[in-house]
Amino acid sequence: MNVNVRFFALYRERIGKDTAGFEIAEGSNVVNLVDVVMRDHPDLCPNPSALVVAVNQEYVSHNHQLKEGDEVAFIPPVSGGAQ
Amino acid sequence: MILVTRDEMDPREVEATLSPQVHGAVLTFQGTVRLWNEGRRVKYLEYEAYPEMAEAKLKEIADEIRQREEIEDISIYHRIGKLCVGETSLVVSVASKHRRSGFDACLDTIERIKEIVPIWKKEVWDEGEVWVGSQGA
Repeated sequence: MNVNVRFFALYRERIGKDTAGFEIAEGSNVVNLVDVVMRDHPDLCPNPSALVVAVNQEYVSHNHQLKEGDEVAFIPPVSGGAQ
Repeated sequence: MILVTRDEMDPREVEATLSPQVHGAVLTFQGTVRLWNEGRRVKYLEYEAYPEMAEAKLKEIADEIRQREEIEDISIYHRIGKLCVGETSLVVSVASKHRRSGFDACLDTIERIKEIVPIWKKEVWDEGEVWVGSQGA
């Protein structure tokens, strides 16, 4: 199945685009998707197991199972608000 | 009221979105872009959001805060895009029965925003730029 991934801020700059489609096997989870993305973009982040992922605008764990049409986003460390 | 916007924000307008004035205290926090950060003279900040999720998470935080006994209402506005020194990036306005619960709610809201709301800021100075908080990520 095909999953569209949105990239923001640091990750968007490293990938060079804000959205990209990735082909993953049916029944894949977030770990499987991260593996596929890292294969294409090894410089995305030094520690893929710590990557924060949102599916349909909710934070999910890496064993979360993906389905066709999910809105997936890779979330760099957030820094909004004010110090 | 929750808003992620590219437009300038007026804290008085954010206060005016609070439910009618039957509370004892209104606290409005305004976050602004500082000139000096970690020894660097800041030129400007570039805020980027995952807009739909950012608004959803801000709403979630506002709903949590509104559950508190003494809190009557809260509004959060976050600006994105290019912001120059002195401009307002965040406005949090809280209506509460007493001052202490209002101050607490305001502080907790800002901490929560920094934890869970997908908004990032790039700090730009003369010799370089950095996504704040993303060093080593």
